[in-house]
Amino acid sequence: MLNINKDADGSKLTIALQGRLDTTTAPQLDEEVKQLQDKVTDLNFDMSELQYISSAGLRVLLSAQKLMNKQGSMTITNVSPEIMEIFDVTGFCDILTIK
Amino acid sequence: MKELNIDARVDNLNKVLEFTDRELEELDCPVKVQIQIDVAVEEIFVNIASYAYGDGSGEANITIEHTEDNSTVSITFKDQGIPYNPLEKEDPDVTLSAEQREIGGLGIYMVKKSMDDVIYRHENGSNILTLVKKLSA
Repeated sequence: MLNINKDADGSKLTIALQGRLDTTTAPQLDEEVKQLQDKVTDLNFDMSELQYISSAGLRVLLSAQKLMNKQGSMTITNVSPEIMEIFDVTGFCDILTIK
Repeated sequence: MKELNIDARVDNLNKVLEFTDRELEELDCPVKVQIQIDVAVEEIFVNIASYAYGDGSGEANITIEHTEDNSTVSITFKDQGIPYNPLEKEDPDVTLSAEQREIGGLGIYMVKKSMDDVIYRHENGSNILTLVKKLSA
């Protein structure tokens, strides 16, 4: 299960993820990313409540990063050590801006 | 040894993970290792569900067993689909930038990196893939 909570403030959007970002839930987030408005120039993913990410979730983050490279910037915050390890193994720690 | 026979469909992923997680929890598997195993189980099962039987349907047989001292688990996936060895897939270049990154190949790469051993064989018309993982953190 994945809960997506959005908090918009002008051009800044925070998307808080809670639960599991896997093959069955990644399409939900992909839909959110596709619907991102042009005015969003500062996108943050808050991962404090995210327990799990698989390659399906990484794919969505990659497409979000590609989109934000065109229209602004993207940051990832509050990553757990377990998820950080997955970012490390896959080289995503170099693609993403993790704070 | 525990065994699960299940239709190879992506929407059965949660049932597969419940099956393997139940066993891992009984073995007091550390959270980090459990996530690594979940990721590997997801990649392999979703691969079978997506490609093994083409447009048709079929089953996956999944077994989980552990060594006598509970230090290592082996999870084996069996399907009767198209012969396919995912380990032959070329590793993605994980040093590329976001723009240069391709979408494919990442899942099986994560499996190879996080498991202690991954063994594939094709036997009597079945694809048989075994994940081996030590449970120590």
